[in-house]
Amino acid sequence: MNPPTIVFLSGKGGTGKTSVTAAFAVLGGHQVLADADVEAANLHILLAPRVEEQGEFEGSKVAIKDDSLCTRCGECREACRFEAIDEEFNIDPWLCEGCGACVHACPVDAIRLEPQVTGHWITGTSARGPFAGAELLPGEENSGKLVTLVRQKARQIASRVETPWVLVDGPPGIGCPVIASVTGVDGAVLVTEPTVSGLHDVERALGVVRHFGAPAALVINKWDLSPATAERIESWATERQLPVLARIPYDPAVPRAMVAGKSVVETDPEAPASRALRDAYARFRQLVLG
Amino acid sequence: MRRRGPLLMILAVASGKGGTGKTTVAVGLALALSETRPVQLLDADVEAPNAHLFLDVTWTGERRVVTWRPRIDPEACDLCGLCVEACEFGALARAGEKILVFDELCHGCGVCRRVCPRDAITEIEVPLGKVQVGEADGFPFARGVLDVGEATATPVVHALKREIDPDRLAILDCPPGTGCPTIASLRGADAAILVTEPTPFGLHDLKAAVSVARAVGVPAGVVVNRDGIGDDGVLRWCEEEGIPVLARIPFDREIAALYAEGRNPARESATFREAVLAALAGLEREVLA
Ligand code: SF4
Ligand code: SF4
Repeated sequence: MNPPTIVFLSGKGGTGKTSVTAAFAVLGGHQVLADADVEAANLHILLAPRVEEQGEFEGSKVAIKDDSLCTRCGECREACRFEAIDEEFNIDPWLCEGCGACVHACPVDAIRLEPQVTGHWITGTSARGPFAGAELLPGEENSGKLVTLVRQKARQIASRVETPWVLVDGPPGIGCPVIASVTGVDGAVLVTEPTVSGLHDVERALGVVRHFGAPAALVINKWDLSPATAERIESWATERQLPVLARIPYDPAVPRAMVAGKSVVETDPEAPASRALRDAYARFRQLVLG
Repeated sequence: MRRRGPLLMILAVASGKGGTGKTTVAVGLALALSETRPVQLLDADVEAPNAHLFLDVTWTGERRVVTWRPRIDPEACDLCGLCVEACEFGALARAGEKILVFDELCHGCGVCRRVCPRDAITEIEVPLGKVQVGEADGFPFARGVLDVGEATATPVVHALKREIDPDRLAILDCPPGTGCPTIASLRGADAAILVTEPTPFGLHDLKAAVSVARAVGVPAGVVVNRDGIGDDGVLRWCEEEGIPVLARIPFDREIAALYAEGRNPARESATFREAVLAALAGLEREVLA
């Protein structure tokens, strides 16, 4: 049987999602870990995996035109729906989606699609278990394919080793990469802050998760920054039948641990945040493994 | 004396990841500047638009942003598979006697319809999101909203940018990260403020944001938010790279609590307000000069 895959999401970045993922990884002891937050891959900073395998990722294509063949007929510009071809029939690589409409439209075969390296992936070993991760090159489109690749690598590893679960640090937002990180997972942990916007974001994230039929649970991070808002988020969660794993207090020990490249549960096990994270982990374990 | 127009027409506020306080800085700038010059605020964080939560907004209009999805007429289709082969996004597949369309993978490019030799493909218009325009606290405000479950945010950003009024300083709250929607927002801006946290995560994400700004040729300066919570890695790196640090906003529980309650620190915290104004002055002095 495949071990369950759990993805950590936030609706947007910066809620402490990666710190929660890392803390669960530490408390979990040994398991397969994946960093699918490919636009802002941070988990490796806390897990420091030793790289064993790595590779380039060709995530998209871009249209290249041979100007010596171009007769300036304008068919390509007409065909492109992404406004990537200007009045001079130059193709703007930033706007090009790599769809190839221009290639098909060009009567003299002056345009071709070329694959582009848009990211890198690694697999390796961390103190908390095997690790798969990837990062997009800055400015490259996060199509979700790299997220899918990371999940495949993690799954391959999980089929070879003993692991209670696969923990995936997911991408922020609700777009394509998130969809790629959520499809077919066994559960999602949503990490939010007690802010008005945090609630708004996590609501949208829950929408995606439920759209794909995965069970979800919530962690309210830094709850004491606004106890009233935390209260509101909690009653929202109850209404939506979303179990709350724990409220974690704001704790300067968390960024301190990050500066040391560790999780707070390692550097400062008695800090208030560490205690709350252990509670959250215990409930998580119960929910996932029964 | 010859009068010069403002140097800064479009100011992007961006960050390598969410949650750095980017939106608070963008909103804070709009509020603080609206007292002295015509401004406009655009929330381009279309996957998680939040700026309106800190403002008093009256919506006055809405435009739909649409895209297209192919529909295949099984009568006309002879299963030649040319469309499946031509689709660069894997949105079409042949399953037995049928061509399946995966709408969530489709980019709406129209290639399949173009290559179909039997004219079996038509395209239907589907909603992708919307652009809403309105007034907030005495200045024009607009935001883009991507529909939940939709993958391609860039067209919504482009549609939003059509709302830019050339007679005002447009402050653009960009999507976090370094992907296509971020690029689409940053491009064409005269300068960018990159907001980050003074931690190893913050530094890692800032590096990505800086390389994107450089790649699209937008000069940038950095605002360090929640100064004091981490280390000096960000400051050291900015110095090495010659990137001006425009302002450091101290970590302050009061600011964090205001933010949490959806109140704007720029309205209620003098520290914050001074910091965003200092950031803009620094930008005009060091980045645009
Ligand atoms: S490949 Fe598609 S997006 Fe790129 S220039 Fe050609 S038609 Fe436009
Ligand atoms: S419109 Fe483009 S992306 Fe969509 S199915 Fe057709 S070829 Fe694929």
